[in-house]
Amino acid sequence: MSRRGFVIAGSAGLAGVGAWEWLVTRGEEGGLPWPLRRVLEFNERLATGGFRASRFSPEFPRARARMPRVNGQIGLDPSIDLDVWRVRVVGAADHQAASLITLAEVKALPRVEMTTELRCIEGWSTVVAWAGARLADLAAKTGLANRSGRPTDPRNSPMDLLRYASLETPDGKYYIGLDMASALHPQTLVCYEMDGRPLTPEHGAPLRLVIPVKYGIKSLKQIGTIRFTDVRPADYWAERGYDWYAGH
Amino acid sequence: MIMPRLERKHSLATRLFHWVNAPVLAVMIWSGVLIYWANDVYAIRVGGVTLFKFFPDWFYRLFPVDHRLAEGMAWHFTFMWFFAINGVLYVAYTAWSGEWRELVPNRHTFAEAWQVVLHDLGIRKQPLPRRKFNGAQRLAYTGVVGMGAGSLLTGLAIYKPVQLAWLTGILGGYELARAEHFALACGYVVFFVIHIVQVTRAGWNNFRAMVIGVEVARDEDATYERSRIKRSGLAVGARRAVGGSAIGCTAAGGCTSFGAAATGAATTRRAATAGTVTTDAATGGASGLG
Repeated sequence: MSRRGFVIAGSAGLAGVGAWEWLVTRGEEGGLPWPLRRVLEFNERLATGGFRASRFSPEFPRARARMPRVNGQIGLDPSIDLDVWRVRVVGAADHQAASLITLAEVKALPRVEMTTELRCIEGWSTVVAWAGARLADLAAKTGLANRSGRPTDPRNSPMDLLRYASLETPDGKYYIGLDMASALHPQTLVCYEMDGRPLTPEHGAPLRLVIPVKYGIKSLKQIGTIRFTDVRPADYWAERGYDWYAGH
Repeated sequence: MIMPRLERKHSLATRLFHWVNAPVLAVMIWSGVLIYWANDVYAIRVGGVTLFKFFPDWFYRLFPVDHRLAEGMAWHFTFMWFFAINGVLYVAYTAWSGEWRELVPNRHTFAEAWQVVLHDLGIRKQPLPRRKFNGAQRLAYTGVVGMGAGSLLTGLAIYKPVQLAWLTGILGGYELARAEHFALACGYVVFFVIHIVQVTRAGWNNFRAMVIGVEVARDEDATYERSRIKRSGLAVGARRAVGGSAIGCTAAGGCTSFGAAATGAATTRRAATAGTVTTDAATGGASGLG
């Protein structure tokens, strides 16, 4: 009985080792064995299903705010010409519409101030005071978040909404992808001030994204282009083994 | 020599949950260390003095954990499903089967656990009452399940700090929840070291029971209490006053001397008869080894 029991146990153990070997030798997708990618996508579907725009990242008293460490310089141009800079907003492929928005135009949108936690995927977090405009307001102004291209507020026409937003730096070297629900979340800002002062180059001057419902990797610094699309956009860190959704 | 009798000790369910949990928890801890490395800020500090840093340089030289955050997260967010489902099913089974009566601490447990510690350190000389799980074990095996629930909750709190902001808030916020999650993981390592030491001390017959489910009982006198288990077939062991004593040996398992090897059980002797004994569960747990 003892022998039989250990043979069964040993076989189960070998099967487990075999399953492990199988898993780690699968072809890679975005730097991960594809079965792990499938699980991350499953987790994403659960998260997307459970996502509620009414849930906010906790906000803190202004006095708690600090400047976060400078982390991640990919795509940053420290000597960017702020007079020439525009943010290019692009709509769905069949419209090919694009708008060039100046910083002044962004500042003319309703100003939002919030003090929220920046949660880096590395594991550290800092409470930061941000000021900017809602990405949803910018999308409404351009009308480019809708499939029809009609300049309607995307928040009021959910069926017409494109599925994704993507942002990239002016040089195209850093880029992130967002699901539209997170992009249009009330706390997702195109931000031009941190700690009450205009952005410095190392923090993404003149305009950066801050999106507290995601890990910090999605808070792209130095916005060059904002694109709304039905095609799931590429994401720099998702190509390097990280979860594409990265949502909190 | 009296023929040895096999005594059923651990159900198939218990054994499955146990042996699934072992590698799954190992993967969770390993992948967790890969994640932790990316912001390895915890240390034990007293006053201004750092007593121990998590982790020292030699640890990072010994284990290849650096620059594997993405990999760690992928494994962690995959195996979390196995860990959580296995854990929840185990707790549900323990409740449904009645085995919780042998595991959950009762009003005697703390005093008994103290006696176990004294006994294991050699300070207490008298033998301990023979049970399936002694007081120290009840605390350990219930406590570690509580820790598992804590890891699940603190993990969720740092995984979804916006969608589950209420949970993260109860736990003290994002930063603190991460530290709590890490502390619990360290707790499993401490548990594991003690567990392996005690299982080794308890001997082959005891370990084997967690694989094949049965233990060799010896024909000896004296009585011991076992709690009634709700579903028949799981309660084994017997009570009968029998004269004489013998050490049980089997061809397969060799001989065990319960006294020296048993966790918290000194040289006690067990009676061997057919049939089951039901005893008031409130007065004591079942006998057994680590």
